[in-house]
Amino acid sequence: MASELLYVTALTLAVSGTATLIASLIGVPLGSRLALRETVGGRAIKVFLYTMYGFPPVLAGLIVYLMLSNDGPLGFLDLLFTPGAMIVAQVLLITPIVMGLTLSAVSEVGPEVKDTAKTLGADERQISRTVLRGARVGVITAVMVGFGRAIAEVGAVIIVGGNIQWHTRVLTTAIVLETRRGNFEYAVVLGAILLVIALSVYLVLSYYQERDRR
Amino acid sequence: MTAIDLSGVSKAYDGNPVLIGVDLAMEEDEILAIIGPSGVGKTTLLRLASGLERPDSGTVAILGTPLTYVNGRDLPLKRHMAFILQKPVAFKETVSENVAYGLKVRDIDDTEDLVAHALEAVGLAEMGDRMATRLSGGEMQRMAFARATVFEPSILLLDEFTANLDPQNVGVLERAVIAYQRERNATVVIVTHNLFQARRISTRTTLLLGGRLVETGPTERIFEEPEDERTRAFVSGEMVF
Ligand SMILES: Nc1ncnc2c1ncn2[C@@H]1O[C@H](COP(=O)(O)OP(=O)(O)OP(=O)(O)O)[C@@H](O)[C@H]1O
Ligand SMILES: [Mg+2]
Repeated sequence: MASELLYVTALTLAVSGTATLIASLIGVPLGSRLALRETVGGRAIKVFLYTMYGFPPVLAGLIVYLMLSNDGPLGFLDLLFTPGAMIVAQVLLITPIVMGLTLSAVSEVGPEVKDTAKTLGADERQISRTVLRGARVGVITAVMVGFGRAIAEVGAVIIVGGNIQWHTRVLTTAIVLETRRGNFEYAVVLGAILLVIALSVYLVLSYYQERDRR
Repeated sequence: MTAIDLSGVSKAYDGNPVLIGVDLAMEEDEILAIIGPSGVGKTTLLRLASGLERPDSGTVAILGTPLTYVNGRDLPLKRHMAFILQKPVAFKETVSENVAYGLKVRDIDDTEDLVAHALEAVGLAEMGDRMATRLSGGEMQRMAFARATVFEPSILLLDEFTANLDPQNVGVLERAVIAYQRERNATVVIVTHNLFQARRISTRTTLLLGGRLVETGPTERIFEEPEDERTRAFVSGEMVF
């Protein structure tokens, strides 16, 4: 039981960690770019992103399922009911969040900072870097919120992962199963681990926020 | 050579004209004061002169070369100047890192001595390691001055650089401006509400009213024997807005 617990926890961290990494690699640069430059359709993209915040995870799961199923356009990848499928679903769910929060954070830095950089002789790239540095805590927050959302998510991963023991079972889906089986004690332990992870994320985040407020 | 030459420069915001066909030559080796009532367009004039903003019509030339407003092309020209904004902001870094900024973007890596010297000139020698966002108003203005002068621009634009400061900070900064100008024969342009300040430190003064420069001349003459009735009313404080 203990070794299964370890496995489930490790898989949870691996799946959500990878999903967050991929979502950040996409969302942080794109979100920054949207904030830094006037882009055609920028407003529409923003509205779309904010709408995606409330996107039902189950629906994301269903979409990924259909894409990855044998008859789906990506069926040849053979990803359905693997951790890979869970990563895809989580990336789909949290990329808009990471991108949207990055966009807000970078936009909030304000034109004065940009102007100040310009008046001191910065070129375009240096200006962007300066604005991003000013937004660093906001960007870290965006990534952490994305991770938090990913590990807490259950609807999408249960559909595309299938909650298979020793294969695709993560903390949230294990809680669902153990509760249904009446193993409340085990379910509570799983829940506690989930909470500890969430708390650690919060602690890392507040460390950066505190340090920035010096 | 003329440091910044504005010719026929006009600018409107949302259809409201702020500047109308302004001609102004900012010369080498002078301290030029731009005075005028609040909201008249003094900041706008500096933003145009610095290339931060593009005029609707007219041209702005820096050291004889007109600005193109093409991405990146004006940068070598702009690097001859520094502009301290009306409300200076600090980057979220230490005071030293803020002051080093203009050196770093010019690929000068050996910044320590230059930064120390610039901080000393405004009495902030001990403050280098402090977080810049935590500075008081007067310290902030002094840091902004050090940050703008550390790379020794030949043109320095200052927008209300002592607004809301106590007399001691005003004194420190005014002396620093005069010393900087003298040592480098620099072009310094100040925008100020404070007519006494314009008189104290500028060599030439121009009055902006209704989108146009009403009168420009040696500071002494503008204040003692203005030719235009509006100038006389403004410098004597009779003009109420
Ligand atoms: N970005 C902008 N968008 C719209 N209007 C603007 C903008 N910048 C300036 N204005 C307007 O242009 C006019 C001139 O503004 P400016 O800041 O140049 O005045 P100022 O002479 O510097 O005033 P003050 O002495 O109060 O600083 C004002 O009416 C202002 O509201
Ligand atoms: Mg102003």
